[in-house]
Amino acid sequence: MYTQALDIPQQNAEKAPRAVENPAYQAEFDAKIDAGGYIEAKDWMPEAYRKTLVRQISQHAHSEIVGMLPEGNWITRAPTLKRKAILLAKVQDEGGHGLYLYAAAETLGVSRDELLDALHTGKAKYSSIFNYPTLTWADIGVIGWLVDGAAIMNQIPLCKCSYGPYARAMVRICKEESFHQRQGYDLLLTMMKGTQEQREMVQDAVNRWWWPSIMMFGPHDKDSVHSGQSARWGIKRISNDDLRQKFVDATVKQAEVLGVTMPDPELKWNEERGHYDFGAIDWDEFWNVVNGHGQGNVDRLAARVKAWEDGAWVREAALEHERKRAAREHQAA
Amino acid sequence: MTTTPAHIEYVTRLGDNALILGQRMSEWCGHAPVLEEDMALANMSLDLIGQARMLLTHAGKLEGKGRDEDQLAFLRTEMHYRNLTLCELPNVDFGRTMVRNFLFASLQVLLWERLLASSDTELAAIAAKSLKEARYHAQHAGDWVVRLGDGTAESHERAQAALDYLWPYTAEFFAANPTDEAIAAAGIGPAWSELEAAWEAVVVPVLNEATLTVPARTPFKSYGKFGRHSEHLGHLLSEMQYLQRTYPGAQW
Amino acid sequence: MERKEWPLWEVFVRSRNGLDHKHCGSVHAPDAKLALQVARDVYTRRQEGVSIWVVEAGNIVASDPDAKPELFDPAEDKIYRHPTFYQLPDEVNHM
Ligand SMILES: [Fe+2]
Ligand SMILES: [Fe+2]
Ligand SMILES: [Fe+2]
Repeated sequence: MYTQALDIPQQNAEKAPRAVENPAYQAEFDAKIDAGGYIEAKDWMPEAYRKTLVRQISQHAHSEIVGMLPEGNWITRAPTLKRKAILLAKVQDEGGHGLYLYAAAETLGVSRDELLDALHTGKAKYSSIFNYPTLTWADIGVIGWLVDGAAIMNQIPLCKCSYGPYARAMVRICKEESFHQRQGYDLLLTMMKGTQEQREMVQDAVNRWWWPSIMMFGPHDKDSVHSGQSARWGIKRISNDDLRQKFVDATVKQAEVLGVTMPDPELKWNEERGHYDFGAIDWDEFWNVVNGHGQGNVDRLAARVKAWEDGAWVREAALEHERKRAAREHQAA
Repeated sequence: MTTTPAHIEYVTRLGDNALILGQRMSEWCGHAPVLEEDMALANMSLDLIGQARMLLTHAGKLEGKGRDEDQLAFLRTEMHYRNLTLCELPNVDFGRTMVRNFLFASLQVLLWERLLASSDTELAAIAAKSLKEARYHAQHAGDWVVRLGDGTAESHERAQAALDYLWPYTAEFFAANPTDEAIAAAGIGPAWSELEAAWEAVVVPVLNEATLTVPARTPFKSYGKFGRHSEHLGHLLSEMQYLQRTYPGAQW
Repeated sequence: MERKEWPLWEVFVRSRNGLDHKHCGSVHAPDAKLALQVARDVYTRRQEGVSIWVVEAGNIVASDPDAKPELFDPAEDKIYRHPTFYQLPDEVNHM
């Protein structure tokens, strides 16, 4: 999902994530987790828990702000003033999500600047869904419907994750997300009621976004390296495959109402399982994009770095002005 | 009240100002110097787009030809746009964006205050809502002008360059043609000459606090509000209007 | 200028009159004025507030989490502070 890179084997993965640094504290921590309680910022926590959280929360934050770019690509070209306002408010929300999440990560003793530096230098990952291009206006609808839809499905369980500041940020985020998927679907409904050309645009967007969307849930459970420990810690509550299945099941009906077909001939109801079966995911494609070879990887990162570097003089000026102002105030006193 | 062409033109101008500057500000989304400012700029852009929607809807009704906000926004060409040239100039950098917002929002505050008493009651209602937004924009941008002007050597230089570039376009704020005379006579809006001194009285102290030099007036003139624009508007419109132009009559 | 990052501010919002200000998150800002403005832009976009406080995070004094036992456990056995401690006859129990 937005933190898919957690599932990537790390070269220097902590060998023993449950290493006990202080047996008494550890026991207290474990008991709290097992009782479904929350860990707060200043509470003792195992170093591996802290590190995993920093990685997960910051990847999530990076995904939100890089995620502003593909949709931002259409703000200036939105076809009506109402759609322009909706899209701008939606993309702004994603910026807000990034902001809440950076703040949650900062409670763990890292600074936002450090985290951004990791993003800008390519050390940190973000969800590779945002490395796909937005080619037509229908992409805006499909992103809301499928990408935000998948994200919401993944994020709701995180509202109950064991780390308090992260859980609270997720509660706020999930509240705001609730309009994202609906506006996307609404946009598509309008286009599907329109001209043949518009319907073709929607189908083309669905064809391009369907597989990447279901890849957002990350590798199959059997190939996912961090899932076990994260489940133990209560920072990942439902498995990749379960969430993916839930998403597919929920989406098929929505596609029918819309009048589009998913680009998967094997997608069909399985009476016995009580779920939809779907075709094999092209994991080579997934890993290629994760590893930097997607269409957008280079451009997305460059856009973030440019915004940051272009803004340096502004950030410095504000600090310098405050320094001067405080000095004047001091002198006057 | 019988609708006059001047009345339609006047409301269209106000709507176009909000729309074109709102469009420019929306370009920042995802690219601001810091995440917090990304949020702020998007909010201001949303305020302006909201104002544009109300104003253009009103202009369309006054016109009485069945044109709605979108037909006015997406299907008019440059020569029918009536925004101030200042609004259409490219953002270039955060400094120019903030100086422009400050110069423009300061005018808007004074204008909306006066339009509260407009003989056009719909316009007066729009003014009541927009005034609150403009006050926030003017405050936010004014604070930034001071930070940048009286910040580092680089920021001072950039803020001064922005002011030098933008200042000549502010003469257009107060230029009048027969439309403006008719508007003032009908009690729809104030005469621009009444606002000029008040605007300078608001703007100059902030520029002084920002340690910026207020440029002298030059013979330079721009005419966006009379329908003669800079080269920049055409590009802005071709981007903004692309979908409506490519798929005529489609619903979105 | 060695300090490059804007300070962190904690944001407290009163959602409507009659309620306390409640912590809702943080922002980075170079000064108090901008902290208030961006707190408004970030945390009250959906009419979540009528009043905002911002406090520079470094100015908050917090209790020591390791001192939880001595600070908060002693209140545990003072059950006579709670109304439910007192068993009254049914007829007057709504007291
Ligand atoms: Fe998102
Ligand atoms: Fe989000
Ligand atoms: Fe979203």
